[in-house]
Amino acid sequence: MAGETIPHQADSMLSMRRTFRDRLGYLGRLLWRDRSGVIGLTMILVVILAALLAPHVGLQDPLAQNLGESRMPPAWNAGGSWDHPFGTDSLGRDLFSRTIYGARVSLTVGLFGVVIAAALGMVVGAIAGYFGGRIDALITGPINLILSMPYLLFVVFIAAILGRSLLNVILIFGITDSPIFARVTRGEVLRIRESAYVESAVSAGARWGRIIFDHIVPNLIGPLITLATFEMSAMIFYEAGLGFLGLSVPPTVPSWGNMLAEGRKYLSSYPWLTTFPGLAIMFTSMGMNLSGDWLRDVLDPRLRRARR
Amino acid sequence: MLRYFLSKLALSIVLLLGVMTLAFFMLRVTGDPASLMMSREASPEQIEAFREAMGFNRPLGVQFWDFLTGAAVGDFGNSLHYGSPALPLVLGRLPATVELAGVGLLMALVVGIPLGLVGGLNPGSALDSIGRFIGLLGQSIPNFWLALILMLVFAVRLGLFPAFGRDELTSVVLPAFVLGLAVSSQILRMTRSTVLEVRSEDYIRTAHSKGLQPRTIYLKHVLRNVAIPLVSVIGVQFGYMLGGSIYIEAIYAWPGMGQLLQQAIGWRDFPLVQALTVFTSVVVLTLNLVTDMAYALLDPRIRYGR
Repeated sequence: MAGETIPHQADSMLSMRRTFRDRLGYLGRLLWRDRSGVIGLTMILVVILAALLAPHVGLQDPLAQNLGESRMPPAWNAGGSWDHPFGTDSLGRDLFSRTIYGARVSLTVGLFGVVIAAALGMVVGAIAGYFGGRIDALITGPINLILSMPYLLFVVFIAAILGRSLLNVILIFGITDSPIFARVTRGEVLRIRESAYVESAVSAGARWGRIIFDHIVPNLIGPLITLATFEMSAMIFYEAGLGFLGLSVPPTVPSWGNMLAEGRKYLSSYPWLTTFPGLAIMFTSMGMNLSGDWLRDVLDPRLRRARR
Repeated sequence: MLRYFLSKLALSIVLLLGVMTLAFFMLRVTGDPASLMMSREASPEQIEAFREAMGFNRPLGVQFWDFLTGAAVGDFGNSLHYGSPALPLVLGRLPATVELAGVGLLMALVVGIPLGLVGGLNPGSALDSIGRFIGLLGQSIPNFWLALILMLVFAVRLGLFPAFGRDELTSVVLPAFVLGLAVSSQILRMTRSTVLEVRSEDYIRTAHSKGLQPRTIYLKHVLRNVAIPLVSVIGVQFGYMLGGSIYIEAIYAWPGMGQLLQQAIGWRDFPLVQALTVFTSVVVLTLNLVTDMAYALLDPRIRYGR
């Protein structure tokens, strides 16, 4: 116990004068030490590459129908062929290509949803935390309201009313998820504002711009990046869930949720229609959860020690 | 304690009013609830007649007041599909959903707490790695997909459990397992990190240096302090299970509130959707209140305002 404490203290004293590049190097070393972080980031990278490169690597058209080759099993099953490695669906569309293209929908929803939620939540939460008092009370009330509701139920409710479109899904998640970011931002801003280092900066004559950008923002980034990773994973889940209920993007778009909704109809006879999109969701979500865990431990120095 | 309870109760009532306001106005954000609820083939005259019958042509304030006063006495209007009051339909589905969530929670506790305790007490051990992997799986597997796969393997192929319905005693096993898995991973992670935290507290070191038996330390000091955050996680998760079983109930044709919700959306039966949403919120808010109370009973720091 004691042997661990001393290097840790030296560590945090050094970090006072650490520059950005040193920090990056330090993060890299910490990443390397924690294999699950490496695995998680690699998994995310694979999904991002799949989404970006899908139209450029000679995949078959995910929308092209070929009724002559419908419901083919995956290549390694009897009756399968390597022309369609994951097999085909009831309209003869190539499942491999559809699964890869599905990453585009999921990542788009996850990325834009989180960006909107984080932007909204940070502004609102920062205002509440920084000014406090009546403004704080006015903002925290609605936040607590939304956070105490059965979330999934309301998302389904709203999606059923608004109808199927990519923009609707992004907006729904972006707006309904912002209270979480607001709550975390508010708490962090409150904590930082009351901290000794801000107090000493103020008494040393620092102006508000310096306090916000030199002291508050850098300390906010860690918790918010961690939160964003988990929330993105959750949004990808929820998007697929909505698609499964027929409430997400239009049925013509190859998304994992839509593929599952179709696969469900043929579960016992053509199970591969269900298997691959589900595995894709699991892979993505696992990558994000692993990275999120790692980020949380690395960005929060108080947890760094417990990790080893 | 009473003051604490009353302030929490007041907050819950305010939140409930907020939920009802949201549920009311959400149906009207598209501008025309009548065309939302009618099928696309309905003629303009039919829509107009429906609007008249539902009272959608009255001033918004009057409609809102009627909705609030109606809801206060349990009147959420008639279900469009069944043509009967919505709330009794929802209540009729409650036992099935509570059974599912209850069994699911039990499974989650049985898996999550022991693995979390073992992992927290021996971090890095083989059992800890297994536990953390199960935790990761539970977090990363989409429950609607797992539900399909388990149904395929254990019901369709192996025939061990019924594939759907609630007719047999074993019907609950598959849906409850799927529902419980995500929760068990929450409970596992929570238990593990709390044990890790408590273990390095000063009072544990004191207990060790007093020469207490390790068993006494674990039972008396560690477990008791782990119980406090667990209570709150369990309360929150049970609420989540009541509202979040929509996919699982839909897939296993489990006759609970989630299945009704999915059906109601398909029928465009929005009065029923509204009743379901508000009722579930009431249950969740009540659960949160109970959890807060249990928390305050267990942790005196909260009772006395820190």
